[in-house]
Amino acid sequence: MTTKLFGEPVRRREDARLIIGKGRYLDDIGSNALAAAFVRSPHAHARITGIDVEAALDVEGLVAIYTYDDLTGPMAEPLPVLIPHPQLTQPRTGHALARDVVRHVGEAIVMVVATDRYVAEDAAERIVVTYEELPVVVGVDAAHEAKAAVHPDVPDNVAARHRQETGDVEPVLAASPRTLSFTQYIERSASMPMEGRGVHAKWDTDDRSLRVYTSTQASTSVRAAIAAKLDLSLDKVEVIAPDVGGGFGVKIVHPWPEELLVPMAAIALGAEVKWAEDRREHFISSAHERQQRQDITVGYDDEGRITALDVHVLHDNGAYTPYGIIVPIITATQLVGPYVIPVYRVQVDSVYTNTVIVTPYRGAGRPQACYAMERTMDRIADELGLDRAVVRERNLIQPDQFPYDHQLTFQDGRPVIYDSGDYPGLMVKLKELVGWDEAEALRSEAAARGKHLGIGMALYVEGTGPGPYEGGHVQVLGSGKVLVSTGLTSQGQGHETAFAQIVASELGVPIEDIEVTTGDTRRFGYAVGTFASRAAVMSGNAIALAARGVREKALRIAADVLEVDASDLEIDEGLVQVKGTPGASIPLRTVAVLSNPLRYAFDEAAKQATQFTTHDDSKPPVAEGDAPGLEHRDYYSPLRSTFASGAHAAIVEIDPATWEIDIVKYAVVHDCGNVVNPMIVEGQVHGGVAQGVGGALYERMVYDKDGQLQNASYMDFLMPYSSEVPDVVIDHQQTPSPLNPLGIKGAGEAGVIPGTAAIASAIEDAVGRRIAAMPISPTELYDLVRSPDSERTAASSRRAENGVLA
Amino acid sequence: MKPAPFRYADPGTLDEALAVLSAEGEGAKVLAGGQSLLPLLSMRLAAPTTLVDINRVPGLDSVEVTGNGVTVGALVRHTALLADDAAARVQPLLARATANVAHPAIRNRGTTVGSIAHADPSGEMTSVLALTDGAVTVATPSGPRTVEWRDLFVGPLETSLHGPAVVTSAFFPALPDRSGTAFAEVARRKGDYAVCGAGVVVTLDEDRRIARVRASYVSVGLTPEVHDLTEAVAGKPVDSADWAAAGALARTLVDPDTDIHASADYRRLLVGVLTERTLAEAAAEAAAKVTGE
Amino acid sequence: MSVDTDRTITVTVNGVPREATVPVRRLLSDALRHDLGLTGTHVGCEHGVCGACTVLVDGDPVRSCLMLAVQVDGHAVTTVEGLARDDHRGGQVLHPVQEAFRECHALQCGFCTPGFLTTIAAGLEKRDPAAELTDEEVDDMVGGNLCRCTGYANIKKAVHHAAAAMKDDAR
Repeated sequence: MTTKLFGEPVRRREDARLIIGKGRYLDDIGSNALAAAFVRSPHAHARITGIDVEAALDVEGLVAIYTYDDLTGPMAEPLPVLIPHPQLTQPRTGHALARDVVRHVGEAIVMVVATDRYVAEDAAERIVVTYEELPVVVGVDAAHEAKAAVHPDVPDNVAARHRQETGDVEPVLAASPRTLSFTQYIERSASMPMEGRGVHAKWDTDDRSLRVYTSTQASTSVRAAIAAKLDLSLDKVEVIAPDVGGGFGVKIVHPWPEELLVPMAAIALGAEVKWAEDRREHFISSAHERQQRQDITVGYDDEGRITALDVHVLHDNGAYTPYGIIVPIITATQLVGPYVIPVYRVQVDSVYTNTVIVTPYRGAGRPQACYAMERTMDRIADELGLDRAVVRERNLIQPDQFPYDHQLTFQDGRPVIYDSGDYPGLMVKLKELVGWDEAEALRSEAAARGKHLGIGMALYVEGTGPGPYEGGHVQVLGSGKVLVSTGLTSQGQGHETAFAQIVASELGVPIEDIEVTTGDTRRFGYAVGTFASRAAVMSGNAIALAARGVREKALRIAADVLEVDASDLEIDEGLVQVKGTPGASIPLRTVAVLSNPLRYAFDEAAKQATQFTTHDDSKPPVAEGDAPGLEHRDYYSPLRSTFASGAHAAIVEIDPATWEIDIVKYAVVHDCGNVVNPMIVEGQVHGGVAQGVGGALYERMVYDKDGQLQNASYMDFLMPYSSEVPDVVIDHQQTPSPLNPLGIKGAGEAGVIPGTAAIASAIEDAVGRRIAAMPISPTELYDLVRSPDSERTAASSRRAENGVLA
Repeated sequence: MKPAPFRYADPGTLDEALAVLSAEGEGAKVLAGGQSLLPLLSMRLAAPTTLVDINRVPGLDSVEVTGNGVTVGALVRHTALLADDAAARVQPLLARATANVAHPAIRNRGTTVGSIAHADPSGEMTSVLALTDGAVTVATPSGPRTVEWRDLFVGPLETSLHGPAVVTSAFFPALPDRSGTAFAEVARRKGDYAVCGAGVVVTLDEDRRIARVRASYVSVGLTPEVHDLTEAVAGKPVDSADWAAAGALARTLVDPDTDIHASADYRRLLVGVLTERTLAEAAAEAAAKVTGE
Repeated sequence: MSVDTDRTITVTVNGVPREATVPVRRLLSDALRHDLGLTGTHVGCEHGVCGACTVLVDGDPVRSCLMLAVQVDGHAVTTVEGLARDDHRGGQVLHPVQEAFRECHALQCGFCTPGFLTTIAAGLEKRDPAAELTDEEVDDMVGGNLCRCTGYANIKKAVHHAAAAMKDDAR
């Protein structure tokens, strides 16, 4: 049965247009639109003392200039704190255009609209903004010291103290046979999609309605934000996410100032206005993530079993908190990973710095969490002289312990209860896949070649598919075409294909007949958005439910026509047929025609459906409680998140002359429950691993003490080319989720999560020195190994006693 | 990121080019491959009043190879030089260094002479010009003149050339007899500007003893320099030369900077390591030549 | 000698002579996208590092963000829209590398894809299709372009796949 496509590596339907250059990305829309450009702050913290636009007024092609003073009504108010939280006691947001004070380099101050982007930049360049510089706070330690404040009324720079505890940690620590404490750091990186952000807005002056295209991960929410901020009725605003050139978190909504300003200008000017972010703008004004300082104390016994865990995190949230404390909460709650932690206390202090805002980047606080937990496991193993895999195995949640309640509250306000998993199974597969037990032989062989070899592993559990809901709509047309829509958006995840596979399987129609639309508020108005590895879980299940609704109706109508019981019918290849009785069938498209009694026969198909063909005079053309059309809309709203899991291992070789780090093997075992399309899932893993490697060895946002981003270009922000990404070997495990109809878990972010932890572990294993700051580059590794202060691992000392290198 | 306005001319002869440069004055800039210039324009870090595009000027796109050396015309793309076997035979450093220049799509457009005129101490070809004791030929309104590499590089992205001038070619002298070369880099990503690069020339005497050792580095110091490392290994038989000593000497001679990709100390370490490695490779090549004589 | 602020240029784009009047500062990438409507060429960084804007000028891959539109006057440019061939029946035959990208799942968001396709197509066209494709050749063809989605594994696989198809075709 060719329509049973769930679980098959179906080739992607979206590729047909993308490989011939016919994709439609934001900047491909509106070739005649006016262009916006921004004057952005060159200072990390400064009071604006004047804005002189005089010199720009002569620029031929200039259309309009906007500053804060031009904002009115809700637009003049601070941007929303999108996700309030009781522990976010000092939320602060900026304005769409800066008012009085700028708090990071890149903050927008003036919007210029001109005939094209070149001219807009010419005008922007001529606008003179004068500043009085203020003291600058960069980095979590400086924020914590609080010699200066990012916001004058938040003198300690603390936006939120997020705290969770599952018991009284101190007495347990005091009673533990052993404890250890350490501090480690992780630096900033960023989503850095290949396409920057962008917004195109068109105001219909006659209809008084607004159409906005935006390169977003959440079009319904952008729509709501625009309506609220520009005082428009929701029904007069439509927002469409066209093809989006990657998101990875940064295109989430809060909303971005430009998503409000560009529509505002379009309305004011009665013209099409477009802003396509350039790369430099993206570096200095679009969100980053990851910087944390982690102070960890763990209690454990002589076998390496954890008794208690106490973690204090300083989390850099940048200059503002529009997205609340989602990232801190995720770090706090996902830190426990696949392990039994009898007593756990965590406090994340989310602090302000004079840097770009921090919102989720693929993984969203989990890479940091995994780094904290997994490096703790490594330390315990090292202290006890145990195999790092063994210590992990002794702490794993066992398969018979599900559902496993961690007694924590997740980012969606729901309990952290793991629904299903087989973590020992992951471990068995990982050790086999990477050759864990043969590592010592590899180490000797590499040493003979003059290289330091090391191996490391990291496990994670990832809460995916959080609510509150997504919806799906499925409609069969008289032509046989099946229209599917959902409100959430796509940024390359292959939703058009995966969702079509689900409908093909549920409804029994050929995939060629299915057309999927995502992220278009004209088609589906209710949605949350694409983030937190939720699209397949949320919209996938909603669409499955919608397809089941259509199926039920189709069978009911067909049963009537074929004069059989609906339970005797099946749908295959678009044909509703009596099971086991060839010939007794009716095409689904005919059922669709019959489902909508018509008055007018405007084509042959419609002729069949005119009301005059109805045979039974005793019933109304549309039965009571029924509706015309073969369509169904449904929603999926989960009780709580479903928890995917995985394990990664890396083998690195280090040249002790140059301290260059080469990943010679990278192994992934991955469990995201039932898989809609294994080809797509594997692609997500590959891409995630590349970002994990980037985050571990190459990428960091380098701010100097004045808050200037030192590497705001692809030249100096080192996203990996193919030459930097190792080959990845993958093995799969499937423990279906009991929480949703399809049994699936999210897969989008997983690949990136354990990279930093696993690679840090492998490097530490190779050089025998504690790695407590990531990412790490050769120059830093060189500093580390020759520093008299760097701490040797116990394992390296033991190896040295045995006469083995490093 | 769009260039500020400028004026544009694409002269058909060198004389026209010089005439336009003269007429347009100080703000005019020559455009050849543009692979370094265009990003500066788009970031508005440079805003010349006029670009004088020399791509239509005939006669600048050839590589001339003689026994004395290789003359590379101003419009020779990196790709062409990389593929020029005759040039590689006379001066092997050219291809060896060019292979490290960025990625193929950049090499297809960027020119060897342009990267020299750009005077970036992170550029491979500035260092090779120095190491080979090369020179450039510069067309000026008062006629062509030759500028030795020592007189050309004044500072990072700064040459001694002022006023209307077009660098029409670069001359790389041939590799001396009984000599071998090697070139190696450490870069963060393949194709990036080097964290540190090293080019070396080792010359032997008839008895396979070390006669002369010279090295030049990439991304070390403000301008290209050539360091004579002969004293560390002078007179030693090639097979037993202590290349580590030469590396150690090199480390004392350089004065690298710290940037976000590498500390000065790390660069100094790499100078030592790359010197040792490239010298061994270059010496083996030289030794093979002497043996073959 | 004219020194201009605008120029009218004639370029053969994907085999078709096109004329456009552009300010001399217009980048080739912008001219292709906005003046000629060929939006398949994407702009990812505008400083020559990402490779998304790579097009073929006289058959060779170059960054269209690192050339001025006026510089291609009289030259031939091939963009991703020009890789497929006319099948003389009103349709198009995809280039083997386009087929291979789909077959091998070598793209996700698709934004970097045109730059990879043009670069790889040129690389494959220039080599002897009968010769065995080495990993080193593949690394050279894909090594100068950034992709944030795929992790490159499937892109490399697609190059091999396309080369195999071209080898079969050459027989």
